[in-house]
Amino acid sequence: MLRALSSLIAGLIFGLGPVISGMINPTKVQNFLDITGSWDPSLAFVMGAALIVTGLGFAVLKTSSRPLFDTRFQWPTRTDLDPRLISGSATFGAGWGLAGFCPGPALSAAALGAGPVYIFLIAMMTGIALWRWVIAGMLDPKTA
Amino acid sequence: MDYATEFTPISAAIGGGLIGIATIWLMAANGRIAGISGIAGSLIGPDGGDRTWRLAFIIGLILAPLGYMATGREIDVSIPASTPILVIAGLLVGIGTQLGSGCTSGHGVCGISRFSVRGIVATITFMVTGAIAVYLIRHVL
Repeated sequence: MLRALSSLIAGLIFGLGPVISGMINPTKVQNFLDITGSWDPSLAFVMGAALIVTGLGFAVLKTSSRPLFDTRFQWPTRTDLDPRLISGSATFGAGWGLAGFCPGPALSAAALGAGPVYIFLIAMMTGIALWRWVIAGMLDPKTA
Repeated sequence: MDYATEFTPISAAIGGGLIGIATIWLMAANGRIAGISGIAGSLIGPDGGDRTWRLAFIIGLILAPLGYMATGREIDVSIPASTPILVIAGLLVGIGTQLGSGCTSGHGVCGISRFSVRGIVATITFMVTGAIAVYLIRHVL
């Protein structure tokens, strides 16, 4: 219960980020990527501030032994640069550029009631489900 | 077509700071990485595990703009992509984030702030293909 509540608060604060920074607006995201066109460097300031704050906070947390409401910190452990990381990130980036939505802002935008948002979200969730339920099992039969 | 948006470094930095605070809080409270595509993937995937905190996080994401609008402010959203492009883009984002184990939050914010080589390489990769995609739809097609 505490974990769900703290997670809800995290989602609320996180969701305000793209709203206040304007990154919930696909056109503004695409303008960051449109270096030869109507370039808007705002996204770099979002990333920069997020990285400074998170970097400092994570450095402090690394010195503590356990989270408030769970038994251990689940820090990512992988360090290998495998083909899936590169091909997956390249695929994600293509979709991100085409629509101007990445998963967080797209989910937040569900609250705005705009038709095109739902088209993107349904396609995105279909892609996620397709991967998790079908493709992942075909690639790694043992873990399916 | 005119796509121009105003350069807004201050509100951008405030928004980025909030993303950072939320990311620290989720790790400090629950020991979890705030990677949206991982949270969404495990929520709807077959792997089971604890879905409650993941669902709560996504509900928070969706409620955030409603809370913002309840204070009388407006949220500017313009989506130039056509329906077929939105469908293709959504599928690419869905499959790509699962194949590559992360997106702008997991690889971009969490990964780079931990000086993770995977996060840095992933972020450079999706920035490059994102820029190519925008160049193609705005200046070529």
